[in-house]
Amino acid sequence: MNEQKYAFLTRMGDHALILSQQLCKLCGKGPALEEDMALANVALDLIGQARLWLQYAAEVQGAGGDEDQLAFLRDAHQFHNFLLVEQPNGNYADTLMRQFFFDTWHYFRLQALSQSADPRIAEIALKSIKEVTYHVRRTGDLIVRLGDGTEESHARVQSAANELWMYTGEMFEADDVELAEAAAGGIEPASGLRQPWLEHVSQVFAEATLALPSPDAWMQKGGLHGRHTEQLGYILAEMQYLQRAYPASQW
Amino acid sequence: MSKEWPLWEIFIRSQHGLAHKHVGSLHAPDAEMAINNARDVYTRRNEGVSIWAVRASDIVASSPGDKTALFEPSNNKVYRHPTFFPMPEEVKNL
Repeated sequence: MNEQKYAFLTRMGDHALILSQQLCKLCGKGPALEEDMALANVALDLIGQARLWLQYAAEVQGAGGDEDQLAFLRDAHQFHNFLLVEQPNGNYADTLMRQFFFDTWHYFRLQALSQSADPRIAEIALKSIKEVTYHVRRTGDLIVRLGDGTEESHARVQSAANELWMYTGEMFEADDVELAEAAAGGIEPASGLRQPWLEHVSQVFAEATLALPSPDAWMQKGGLHGRHTEQLGYILAEMQYLQRAYPASQW
Repeated sequence: MSKEWPLWEIFIRSQHGLAHKHVGSLHAPDAEMAINNARDVYTRRNEGVSIWAVRASDIVASSPGDKTALFEPSNNKVYRHPTFFPMPEEVKNL
């Protein structure tokens, strides 16, 4: 199997899968009815995208498995999602800041991937970017309103930004998997997304009257290589329990 | 000063429709969020391609008590209906 292709595809699928799983926990618990539905919609969009990426990954793996097996039967160290998406939901500012940092990366990433020489990747990216264009707009709008809101909302959002900042660097890591796919697909590696990401985040932060943490701050890494925080264990325990307890069950 | 978000009435025009239809209401802090929320709440099943959001407080409605005075007179004025002249064959489907 093409190891690097498999790693690349599971990375894309795992970011969406784990983030979606986190957002699903908030279904029915949103601060307002409209917001509850909106966040659930985002979660559904993400799981649809996760499915597409992991479907392709399963084919590349060539072991006769499918996307469900990859999602529900891999162990934590076999997941390749960013550390950012496994950070806890916390309060709503934490949830939205995590979402905003990811959505911005996701948008520029899909934009780049839609030009990939791999037609399957381009197809998935083109479909997904329609959803993600709205995600990044929605989350950005909310960050502006919370940042430029009351004293309490401003304090919480600023705190969330400061806490999550060290997980953002990983999104621009260009290791050999990343570089291999960039070369094969004729597209820019993730490191090239850092500039547009910083520009967009700075712009929204300025409007939200939020202070941007230092772009040169030390960044946490490891998610892409299967080294995860404690959180992922709990997330997977909840997500995978049913399939592991009743293997291959369907309804 | 209310802590509640203002109420907005939402109108959606479907892909094959000509007019925006009232589909319900929602709360949102401002106009932009009203559109976003309407998109999330009222177009989940591809119900429409255009959204109008109006603050509920801006809508002026006729009073039910005036129903008789406002609407009964037009009840039996059949001469106001354009049905008394023959239409030429060519424009029958206009």
